[in-house]
Amino acid sequence: MKKFLSGGYIFLIFALLYAPIAVLIIFSFNDGGSLNEFTAFSFAWYKELFADEAAITALKNSLILAVLSSVIATVIGTFAALGLHHMKSKVIKGSIKSVTNIPMMNPDIVTGVSMMLLFVAVATFIKANNFMGFGTMLVAHTTFNLPYVLLSVAPRFTQLDKSLSEAAQDLGCTPSRAFFSVELPEIIPGIVSGLMLGFTMSLDDFVISHFVSSPNFQTLPLYVYNQTVHNVKFSMYALCALIVAIILVILLAVNFAGSISDRRSKSARKGGATK
Amino acid sequence: MKDNLVPDSNVIIKLENLTKSFDGERVLNGVSLEIHDNEFLTLLGPSGCGKTTTLRIIGGFEEPDEGNVYFDGALINDVPPYKRHINTVFQKYALFPHLNVFENIAFGLRLRKESEDVIRESVKEMLALVNLKGFERRRVNTLSGGQQQRVAIARALVNKPRVLLLDEPLGALDLKLRKDMQNELKNIQTKTGITFIYVTHDQEEALSMSDTVVVMENGQIQQIGSPTDIYNEPENAFVADFIGESNIVDGIMLSDYKVRFSGHTFDCVDKGFEKNQPIDVVVRPEDVDVVTPDKGMLEGTVTSVTFKGVHWEIIVDINGFKWMIQTTDFVAEGEHIGLYIEPDAIHIMNKSEFSDMFGDYSSFSDELDMLSDPTEPGDEEDDDE
Amino acid sequence: MRGKSLFQKMAAAPHIVWAVMFIVAPMLFVLYFAFTDESGKFSLSNISSLSGYSNVFILSIAFALIATVVCLLIGYPLAYFMSKTSPKMKKILMVLIMLPMWCNLLIRTYALMALLDNGGLLNTFLENIGLDKLYIVGSDFGVILGMVYDFLPYMVLPIFTAMTKLDHRYIEAAADLGCNPIKTMIKVIMPLTASGVISGITMVFVPSISTFYISQKLGAGKIDLIGDTIERLFKNTSTYGVGAAISLVMMILILISVWIMNKFSDDEGGIVI
Repeated sequence: MKKFLSGGYIFLIFALLYAPIAVLIIFSFNDGGSLNEFTAFSFAWYKELFADEAAITALKNSLILAVLSSVIATVIGTFAALGLHHMKSKVIKGSIKSVTNIPMMNPDIVTGVSMMLLFVAVATFIKANNFMGFGTMLVAHTTFNLPYVLLSVAPRFTQLDKSLSEAAQDLGCTPSRAFFSVELPEIIPGIVSGLMLGFTMSLDDFVISHFVSSPNFQTLPLYVYNQTVHNVKFSMYALCALIVAIILVILLAVNFAGSISDRRSKSARKGGATK
Repeated sequence: MKDNLVPDSNVIIKLENLTKSFDGERVLNGVSLEIHDNEFLTLLGPSGCGKTTTLRIIGGFEEPDEGNVYFDGALINDVPPYKRHINTVFQKYALFPHLNVFENIAFGLRLRKESEDVIRESVKEMLALVNLKGFERRRVNTLSGGQQQRVAIARALVNKPRVLLLDEPLGALDLKLRKDMQNELKNIQTKTGITFIYVTHDQEEALSMSDTVVVMENGQIQQIGSPTDIYNEPENAFVADFIGESNIVDGIMLSDYKVRFSGHTFDCVDKGFEKNQPIDVVVRPEDVDVVTPDKGMLEGTVTSVTFKGVHWEIIVDINGFKWMIQTTDFVAEGEHIGLYIEPDAIHIMNKSEFSDMFGDYSSFSDELDMLSDPTEPGDEEDDDE
Repeated sequence: MRGKSLFQKMAAAPHIVWAVMFIVAPMLFVLYFAFTDESGKFSLSNISSLSGYSNVFILSIAFALIATVVCLLIGYPLAYFMSKTSPKMKKILMVLIMLPMWCNLLIRTYALMALLDNGGLLNTFLENIGLDKLYIVGSDFGVILGMVYDFLPYMVLPIFTAMTKLDHRYIEAAADLGCNPIKTMIKVIMPLTASGVISGITMVFVPSISTFYISQKLGAGKIDLIGDTIERLFKNTSTYGVGAAISLVMMILILISVWIMNKFSDDEGGIVI
């Protein structure tokens, strides 16, 4: 009885959570322009979407921006984690980390307007007119990616067994060689997850982009926003349905891969736990 | 000091007056030591005594603040670890988790750009030496503690170092495995003829494996000697207390071969002290005979009796000072007994900073002893730190 | 330890430069714009004009608080029940709760609006079975519903994580010491999952109080929150002083509340809600 109730509760909440998305996906295949009557199955809206050059450009822009900003943030953030790891002063370390975390703690809208103010001020200073665009977007995305990179990479450094590097040096490695041959392999998982986190954050961001973009450089979320400001557009249904489907596939893939490596490390722990 | 226990061999490592401080706290205070070829030398002491720091200075992982380190007569203070002919077995093994057993062992050889054939042969040989044949492809984190230990030893030995440093290598193993590994390590040392410098806080381990034991405390060497010397002729109260059980009492050297303590004058075998010089007397619990009160040199009341299997361990109150005595004859709690001590069971030590700190068993209990020693092996928290 | 290389010492330098230029400087510009007038002179006029926005502030805080409490009331039992399922089920539910999080907020809000709109599926259905239409879109309820719908996964996930990490022996120990299930819940499970609750609350409250898309869509533009105000002031005007002042106040409010929350959970290793 208890099990039934809790199961029912879980089902109910998830059903409510997914109902709007399900409706949206179903109606993206609806032939007519109606939201309340499913007339016939068709790919019409998908065709319209793929014929929409602005949407395709926005997708391209989103991907370029996500790749570049996450890579830059990962490079800067990884070196920062290395530097912080070797820094002695706890005060300096702490303040650098706190400052880095500001974009994560702050509401996106505050981060967005603060960057906008910076860019506006710089534009006024150099008397530029059309300052917003790809450059400002790249800076903004890199900035809000940084805390996520640092958060993924820095613990890897602190978890590093100091004796690993010593053992490598003991066996003949110079300190820098020891870093690359035994410490880096331990840190790489953190770098990869930081990179992926940054990539998805960048793809997903709307609010901050909203304040530092120009109509000349639109990302996918900005495009969706502009398309949905006034009227319902059914090609947006198709776009949303596609995005949901892609995310589902990625999540399942990641989780499946995750469960494999989980199992591997679990069996490893069992084998090693003969203390 | 008794140096040159292995008289005909060369000094391979020489430490000269090492000092080292961390954050203003002095951990080494003038350590000088000579280590010989083929020697199995153990640095023994409680945690924080400076033994690991000494080892790390020899390995090149720390630089001494003052003092010199010589290897084969050459000063090596500034030689980084990767250029020293010394390898280390780390406390928690420090096996590279991303490499399998074979690659871990081959690590040093690959750095020296040995040919693939040589590497395969040497690794095979090492795996045979440490009884891990067939483990080449295993991931290191699938190995048990004892197996990881063996890989760590093989990884160091494959480089044919002149000196092998071992930093509490058996600390994380359970008792049974520890005993086996002790024998195995000793065998490996004999077989390879490599100088072993071994760090431990376990006195039993030190006594059973070493040629030479170096007892350390407060960043200083308290005594250097063979295991029997260390046990039978401790230099001061610290050494006496740290190695085995001891009753340590205040005494006065009346003249050569005459010592007075606990209200009685004893014959002893020591000489060369000044007349009426205050000294510390150490008597091992197993060296005291229990007799009837009229035949004893000392008299006391039994306050506790514990059965230990081979013997009884009793605590005897003699004028307020509690002695520990091991006897094979049963005595009851509360019984009045006499104690008889042979002259050669009495060992005289000079007074030291450690006098009066040890030796009384008034608050003795096995459990308490264990609790108050955070480095006691098997203490989970210590292992996982 | 041997000396650090120059490389190690300088590794953090690019990051520090970046952070100063693009995190600290923007914050300083918010301060600057908030405390100057259009000619660039120091002025408190922006700050004093905030009083005209007090209703917006109160409304936003109220909405965000209600949404957060509702998310907690729905999310905590959900996370608890989820943590009681089989390991395989847990994995599936985990993916299901994360999927909406990775789905863009605009899409989810838009989907909800499409469902609830006056001409949407829900109202068509209600009409067909002879009931009255529900005018959810454009109402206060609609906006709060939107917040709850959008941010519920952010409440559930951290609590669920804390629940799964919870050592089952604590629950057994509590039962052993005489706690009935309810007492176990209050005395053991809740304090031990408090850190999850704290991050859940933060992750719901902060975006709720600063949103503008939800109020635009589900409020049908009739409901004005802080987010809408800031957005309007920055996107539709070229005088940023008042907008900067509002942002500053909101930032300070949020940083203080987040700080207090963290303080609570750090000091006692958990609090009882």
